[in-house]
Amino acid sequence: MENNDIIQSRQEQWREDLRKGKSAKDRIKIPRVKMPELSPAYRITCREEVNQGITAEMARVEAQRCLDCVNPQCVTGCPVGINIPKFIKNVERGNFEAAAAILKETSALPAVCGRVCPQEKQCESKCIHHKMKSEPVAIGYLERFVADYERASGKKTLPDVAQPNGIKVAVVGSGPAGLSFAGDMIKLGYDVTVFEALHEIGGVLKYGIPEFRLPNSIVDYEIDGLKALGVKFEKDVIIGKTFTYDDLHKMGFKGVFVASGAGLPRFMNIPGENLNGVMSSNEYLTRINLMGAGSEGWDTPVLRGKRIAVIGGGNTAMDSVRTARRMGAEHAILVYRRSEEEMPARLEEVKHAKEEGVEFMTLHNPIEYIGDESGRVKLMRLQKMELGEPDASGRRSPVPIEGAIEEVLVDLVIVSVGVSPNPLVPRSIEGLEVSKRNTIVVDEDTMKSSLNDVYAGGDIVRGGATVILAMGDGRKAAQHMHEALSSK
Amino acid sequence: MNRIISKEHFSDKVVKLVVEAPLIAKSRRAGHFVIVRCDAHGERIPLTIADADTSKGTITLVIQDVGLSSHKISALEPGECLADVVGPLGQATRIEKYGTVLCCGGGVGVAPLLPILTAFKKAGNRVVSVLAARSKDLIILEKEVREYSDDVIIMTDDGSYGKKGLVTAGVEEVIKREKVDKVVTIGPAIMMKFVSLLTKQYNIPTECSLNAIMVDGTGMCGACRVTVGGKTKFVCVDGPEFDAHEVDFDQLMMRLKSYK
Repeated sequence: MENNDIIQSRQEQWREDLRKGKSAKDRIKIPRVKMPELSPAYRITCREEVNQGITAEMARVEAQRCLDCVNPQCVTGCPVGINIPKFIKNVERGNFEAAAAILKETSALPAVCGRVCPQEKQCESKCIHHKMKSEPVAIGYLERFVADYERASGKKTLPDVAQPNGIKVAVVGSGPAGLSFAGDMIKLGYDVTVFEALHEIGGVLKYGIPEFRLPNSIVDYEIDGLKALGVKFEKDVIIGKTFTYDDLHKMGFKGVFVASGAGLPRFMNIPGENLNGVMSSNEYLTRINLMGAGSEGWDTPVLRGKRIAVIGGGNTAMDSVRTARRMGAEHAILVYRRSEEEMPARLEEVKHAKEEGVEFMTLHNPIEYIGDESGRVKLMRLQKMELGEPDASGRRSPVPIEGAIEEVLVDLVIVSVGVSPNPLVPRSIEGLEVSKRNTIVVDEDTMKSSLNDVYAGGDIVRGGATVILAMGDGRKAAQHMHEALSSK
Repeated sequence: MNRIISKEHFSDKVVKLVVEAPLIAKSRRAGHFVIVRCDAHGERIPLTIADADTSKGTITLVIQDVGLSSHKISALEPGECLADVVGPLGQATRIEKYGTVLCCGGGVGVAPLLPILTAFKKAGNRVVSVLAARSKDLIILEKEVREYSDDVIIMTDDGSYGKKGLVTAGVEEVIKREKVDKVVTIGPAIMMKFVSLLTKQYNIPTECSLNAIMVDGTGMCGACRVTVGGKTKFVCVDGPEFDAHEVDFDQLMMRLKSYK
């Protein structure tokens, strides 16, 4: 269906007119738009969003760079399959409302995705411009522009919703996978309730990703959109504890989508890791992002430091180290065991971190933390590494250089080396097949678990991935649960 | 939701709150805890469930005023509401028939101990309880404990009630006079440490219930990690009860001082 939509919408008269109006040659000549940003000196003093967004004029020019390909590869790079050329061409002709409506057909959270998706590895990586040695169309910036334009206009367009079918489905967790699933199921006419364990809706979008990258007000706006469609949210409810799987059946739920996320932070099991002042990035970010630590009038404390080390090279590590700068660290040091080239973090995050004065210690790996007499960390011992042969991940593996140990003074260490799935839900549903890594085992094509009415997606299945992959899982699960429920 | 139905002062610094929480009242078992947030800008703090009434849909919490959040919660009056109460969390106590179970509680630790000793009694065990506090006015829930105990020994540091001496003296007295099959201890970390050292000498299996610093309480932050048997465990999802002989109490006490 979606494929047809891509072909058919391209044949509409206005699209043909647009294509005729400007030659591909002229379109290619236009330089890629630059995202306006707050200055590094200013932004480390506050939590304001670094990327300021592009203007309508900039967006319309950028949209002209899109060649409206016959066979648009960008769409194949999008885990939720947004009709990218259709929304971009609407931007080009200045019909931003129509562009917003197209985004909402497939994405429950366009303003979020426009900000945090790794577009450079997804849609933009497939852009035809690469073949011409030119920079790809800034699809992410355009997506963000359209979503922000709609929000600022105050005219919220709601997608079409099917007649209510009265079938109740439950969603466990209100992060990106759960919200995406909820958005699709409500559009299909289901009676959708999302259960959230925390006191805020949004999961990792709230507790994890910092305000300077994704303001909470944006997340709330998207959630309000789902509420307007009829999705119900229940906070402070832990499925498996407050309600059991059987309780959900008794309450009349015919399907359950488990998207409870990657709870458990991983540590490295090295000496001194339980010293005071050594904590997970989940703890550090949750205290600050969800609990308001460091802001006036909030009760939750957070440890501060002058010399803060963050261990890891992913987006969460970048979020932590950039947060540390904003929390007053004079030295915010990123320690990563491979080289910068192998870092999984987004390029933009690495660039922003460097601009903000983050110090990079690549090819170093902590082997021990040493504390003072009160039990607070004061020193880390780092093993120097060099790159060896590629490992299972395809990246060159770090190999210790024998005897090369460095000692660095620190007063706070944030460990950001990954997460394991949250065991609460898998442990509490009898008969649910769980892997050795504690992820829920699902059929990759349908997201269905070993139980007929339980589907799962996001980090509880993947063990630690991105917002958009989680959203893609939510979409896929919705489609297949719908097929199963409507064939009964 | 989360309305405070009644409030009772056990002492200057210790209050009992009965809170409307019907879903938790129904699903909780002995050993479970809840995460409570006082108001919209409050901390999330763990509190063990001392009792529950499924017909009334209430749970009982006992709070000792020791810091900002416990102070704010203690100050709430009946009719007011807690912003959030979520649970039940943690692993429930494994209740079996062991024979004689010695239940040893210190200070407000007696509150979480009560549902556990009640469950042990109902499972057919002989229950001997040792309650300890600094002084008479800090001994709480004595009547309720007596109801489900075959014998109760009270220890106070100053001798103002029961016997004068530390909790370990009471525990040792019981161990010396009769065969004890299992010990459960809940209280300040330092107390549990010494009870554990004592019962280890006598080789009696001992469970302790730990009260660590938590943020989310659902396994997400890792603030509550503790070393048990040389391995790092999370109190919120792996506990709160552990084999006391395996717990690194010194590390626990150090970590409890993180924010002091």
